[in-house]
Amino acid sequence: MAVKLPIYLDNAATTRTDPRVVEAMLPYFTEKFGNSASRNHKFGWEAEDGIDLAREQAAALIGASPKEIVWTSGSTESNNLAIKGAARMYAKHPEGTTGVCRGHIITALHEHKAVLDPCKRLQNEGFEVTFLEPPADGVITREMVAAVMRDDTILVSLMWGNNEIGTINEVPEIGALCHERGVIFHTDATQWVGKMPTDVERDHIDLMSWSGHKMYAPKGVGALYVRRRNPRVRLEAIQDGGGHERGMRSGTLNVTGIVGFGKACELAMHEMDSERERLLTLRRKFERELSERLEVVQVNGHAERRLPHIANISFGFVEGESLLMGIKEIACSSGSACTSASLEPSYVLKSLGVGDELAHSSLRLSLGRWSTEEEVDYAIQAIVKAVNHLRTMSPLWDLHKEGIDVSKIEWQTH
Amino acid sequence: MAYSDKVIDHYQNPRNVGSFGTSKEVAQRKDVGVGIVGAPECGDVMQLQLRINEQGVIEDAKFKCFGCGSAIASSSLATEWIKGKSVDEALTIKNTQIVEELSLPPVKIHCSVLAEDSIRSAIADYKKKNGLGAEQVAEAAAHH
Ligand SMILES: Cc1ncc(COP(=O)(O)O)c(C=O)c1O
Repeated sequence: MAVKLPIYLDNAATTRTDPRVVEAMLPYFTEKFGNSASRNHKFGWEAEDGIDLAREQAAALIGASPKEIVWTSGSTESNNLAIKGAARMYAKHPEGTTGVCRGHIITALHEHKAVLDPCKRLQNEGFEVTFLEPPADGVITREMVAAVMRDDTILVSLMWGNNEIGTINEVPEIGALCHERGVIFHTDATQWVGKMPTDVERDHIDLMSWSGHKMYAPKGVGALYVRRRNPRVRLEAIQDGGGHERGMRSGTLNVTGIVGFGKACELAMHEMDSERERLLTLRRKFERELSERLEVVQVNGHAERRLPHIANISFGFVEGESLLMGIKEIACSSGSACTSASLEPSYVLKSLGVGDELAHSSLRLSLGRWSTEEEVDYAIQAIVKAVNHLRTMSPLWDLHKEGIDVSKIEWQTH
Repeated sequence: MAYSDKVIDHYQNPRNVGSFGTSKEVAQRKDVGVGIVGAPECGDVMQLQLRINEQGVIEDAKFKCFGCGSAIASSSLATEWIKGKSVDEALTIKNTQIVEELSLPPVKIHCSVLAEDSIRSAIADYKKKNGLGAEQVAEAAAHH
């Protein structure tokens, strides 16, 4: 079967909206277009019914109660609300108190910027933050968190599955630790929810962020789970106004987006188990065949504890951006500096101790609901061809072949 | 990021890829000047080898490059330009000419700088091997 080009293998960046989701949304644009806060006419009630259903669908997917869902614009906002909202609410001293720690927060260096940057802002407000250094396999364990927990720790924020390398932290164990110690636990589950079974009770989660556009709903809609019992978690709002979402997030609700988000949760709930197996098989094929057909290939992150849809692979002595150029019919991303504005290679790979050179040589391939085995086969062929082409041009490859350890050479850096 | 047609052409059909031997072999050859600039951790390494005759004319040039498409194109273009030129003429090539020819965007200017550096570095190596003008060598080296 001929594959249709280009092939989309960047589902960790965003997903196609499922047509069934679009269909569920459509009536809310033109017929049931009311403001869900309008309490005195049919249009408002219809919109509110749509929101209520979506709240049930989202809650069901994660084992929560519908009252525990706060709608946001996506995971960036959910993370900001969770982290800043909880820190400011549970702060030990009022803002403006100088010289004393207002509370200790634990996170890790390979978190998404949407977690790191709110934590850095809190540092400026007098909170102390520990950024855990991940081990080479990228997995943060309960022990690592326990080792840095203090009496004044108020919040732990650690992602469930990493967006670049797909590694899975020990979230239920860390959640249990936090509950034993009376610390609020937030997890950025953007890449996890909808793909992996989630139960906020069993997994001891207080706050959890996830986003529509990573699970076949549209961009610009997300959710924050906020625990209401044992313990009841309170947040200081960031956006004030009409008091929507129990005062935690004011602003007229994105009804169409939320309806789509709910539908996507329902679909994920039914299709997750078979989908997970299918994606895992495809990901393993990718990693296995590339490792077999090419020399000096490194699959980044823990061998087993990884999400089914993300593969992060370094191809030694080949620069990532030139590799992307050689496989331009395949849409994916690279940890190379050249693909970002910063000229720094991926901070996630660096934090794992992957050398800068292998970080420059990495590709992230992320699978989704419509990825097929034919596409994976095509991509494998294309990558093998491009890597071989680039190695014929690579001075580092020659040195490696001559038996010279490239990492031991003293390069004249600028 | 959109690449210019010329960058794409050099990437797909690089001119003068290769070398005149292993790193140990070329180190022994007095008629070959070798320049290696950049560093793997920065994402670019360019290697330029020039075969230079007794009249000081660059008879042949070969490159290898670990780097993005613009880096590959810059070094490929450099080999095209310097073949047949005298050493002194080759030293007049400026990175800005490479930027112009390949329509490199501002974030890729460092690729052209590296290509210019590789020319200087290869010629300096040639001069050093042949005991030519220590001052000239020092001058070339001072650019790094
Ligand atoms: C782990 C993680 N957190 C947060 C985000 C940001 O999500 P959003 O685009 O919904 O703001 C992303 C997506 O880029 C992500 O992968």
